Amino acid sequence: MSSLDSINRRNGLLFCLPWLIGLTVFLLYPLVAAFYYSLCDYSVLLPPVFIGLDNYTDLMKDPLFWKSLWNTTYYATGSVLLGLVVSLTLALLLNTKVKAIGLYRTIFFLPSLMPVVAGSILWLWMYNGQSGIINTGLHHIGITGPAWLADPAWAKTAIVLMAVWGAGNAMVIYLAGLQDVPTHLYEAAIIDGAGFWKRLIHVTIPMISPVIYFNVVLSIIGGFQAFTQAFIMTGSTGAPERSTLFYVLNLYNVGFQDLRMGYASAMAWVLFIVILILTFAATRLSQRWVTYDR
Amino acid sequence: MTVALAAACLWSCSAAQDKQAPRRITYWEKWTGFEGEAMDAVVDDFNAKEVAHAKVDPNYAPIEVEKVTVSNVEQKLLIAIAGGNPPDLAGNYSFYVAAYADGGALTDLGPMLQKAGFDRSAYIEHYMKLGEYRGKTWAVPIVPASIALLTNKRLFKEAGLDPEKPPTTIEELDDFAQKLTKWEVTLPNGEKKIESGYLPDVPASQKRLLQAGFLPGEPGWWSYGWGYFFGGSLVDGPDKITAADPANLRAYDWVASYSKNLGIDVIKRFRSGFGNFASPQNAFLSGKVAMVLQGVWMHNFIEKYAPGLQWAAAPFPYPAGHPELAFTTNADADVLVIPKDSPHPEEAFEFMKYVSTQPVLEKLCLGQQKFTPLKAVSDHFWSVHPNPYIRLFRELGMSKNAFSIPQTGIWNEYNREMGNAVDLIQNMTQTPEVALTDVQTKMQAALDRNRRILARRDPK
Repeated sequence: MSSLDSINRRNGLLFCLPWLIGLTVFLLYPLVAAFYYSLCDYSVLLPPVFIGLDNYTDLMKDPLFWKSLWNTTYYATGSVLLGLVVSLTLALLLNTKVKAIGLYRTIFFLPSLMPVVAGSILWLWMYNGQSGIINTGLHHIGITGPAWLADPAWAKTAIVLMAVWGAGNAMVIYLAGLQDVPTHLYEAAIIDGAGFWKRLIHVTIPMISPVIYFNVVLSIIGGFQAFTQAFIMTGSTGAPERSTLFYVLNLYNVGFQDLRMGYASAMAWVLFIVILILTFAATRLSQRWVTYDR
Repeated sequence: MTVALAAACLWSCSAAQDKQAPRRITYWEKWTGFEGEAMDAVVDDFNAKEVAHAKVDPNYAPIEVEKVTVSNVEQKLLIAIAGGNPPDLAGNYSFYVAAYADGGALTDLGPMLQKAGFDRSAYIEHYMKLGEYRGKTWAVPIVPASIALLTNKRLFKEAGLDPEKPPTTIEELDDFAQKLTKWEVTLPNGEKKIESGYLPDVPASQKRLLQAGFLPGEPGWWSYGWGYFFGGSLVDGPDKITAADPANLRAYDWVASYSKNLGIDVIKRFRSGFGNFASPQNAFLSGKVAMVLQGVWMHNFIEKYAPGLQWAAAPFPYPAGHPELAFTTNADADVLVIPKDSPHPEEAFEFMKYVSTQPVLEKLCLGQQKFTPLKAVSDHFWSVHPNPYIRLFRELGMSKNAFSIPQTGIWNEYNREMGNAVDLIQNMTQTPEVALTDVQTKMQAALDRNRRILARRDPK
């Protein structure tokens, strides 16, 4: 190896070092440590006691584990689908050539800049059963709205609907994808007599499918980690009747309220594996329908 | 001039060298507002006393307490202890003592208390016991509390009830509650009129609840504990869960009767119109609910947010025919603890000892508008206390029927489980029997698991 090579290698490593340290200290170590703790009784205050796979077998028998997993799956499915439809529709609308389009784009993006806590408190007011803006609006068109967050049948749906609030981020990514679609494809389609829907289905969607795939994977991951909204709006118990007890909320209770950090670590690892499987599945599925025009 | 300055410096500098450096300790306190200020005054007194001591005795290093206000202290304290950087001393709630002790987060105060000649019999027994768990003393009570039935006298008068006669039995409470319930009813011709009672025959779409006599869920802070008012209990000793005790079932049948009488959706809609607890829109302060179960501190909120409110306090009613259950109350307390690995446990204990003297406790509890945990009370304390019902609250705290949050390491979990059960019962999704039997099974398993964990940790 020449001396230039070794200098380059050293410099290269030096440049990578901050990232390598970050990865090891903040990602790899916690991951491995959490796995070790998941095999222990660990109250944080006292040294961990190794107990093998007990935490995992207990988890399989824990009704709250299953309940929170179901709630989270419901939320993730709802928010992924709703988010996809709403943000893609908005992006399509904002991809038209009208006056002051920049202003519209800003307006629709703004809500996603609001911190989740502030947004949650705002929605808490909007969902108020008696004087909330949503029920007041419904009342004007002759519908008696439910008590939303106080009603076990509606609370989960209410939090799913709220996910639309954050559609701005995905919308911007779709918008970028849409602007990347070559105009000549549309021109050719128009010459062939394709209308709006045909162009959407045969040109636009296939051309932005990598972007759709990216957004879907990200929102699956985000959906399974839902915590803040429920914590702020319905409390750490996941009231009413545990209909909003999300997986991470349950994990928080077990880890930080009950100090059963070993059990909480086991929960975190199961969640990690669930997300891993879903991401893998999405990737496998994507091979069938994602088009890479490169 | 220069010489004089130099001389002055020389003199003062040498004086400073003679003095011992102060021993600084950190104290984490959970209260802000007027309760926090009351503690500030105590800390200032202590620091001044220490400085005075050091002036007399140059060899004495004064203790200097630095009070830091910490929100969610019960969680942050644990994290600080786990991180090896705890404060020297901390204020906490009595109901976290067991979980903290099980987690090995506290210093056993026993040896220090013994050495200091601490007299536990000077305290109201119930409050002293809150700091004792598994045969050791982990905490010392400083500011106790109790709860009672508060009534709105104006609404009593309007409903034709004697405002000076609050209900004494649960049956009487139910009867008063019905009389104090007011609706706006829309007649078929569109006319509106006010009616009282439960109106079971009027459909929900034609009536709007304006005022409730009593709601078990308002504010619902002790909804885990309704069983105690009926002679029930949540635990029997340290190893047995009794959530489905027959008395508890009776209590929650009673809770469900309010959902039945008023309508679940009616209550939900009505409650969502309430403002924050600490605001004039508070359900009781704004006259939306005529009777509530509330604590000794409510007096302060009344003064602040509804100064004109005519109110009264009385022991929460007991089931008819069971006068032995009179004077049932929840009695928990603020306590002082010395965290495990506290850097200065002895100095922290000095401050704890100071706070635990009668004059200081009276100053603190007066400032926080509560009563003191000591059996002896000075005449001055009674004569200047602003709460007209303070003697009643203390009497409740001394009652043999005073109950506290059970001392168990799984309380957080039990509390969440009870919260969910009460939710299911109030929504009439499940009967009390089904919901509470489920809680009992789950929590007995959790308690057994906790015992296994403790045994594995310390095989002795």
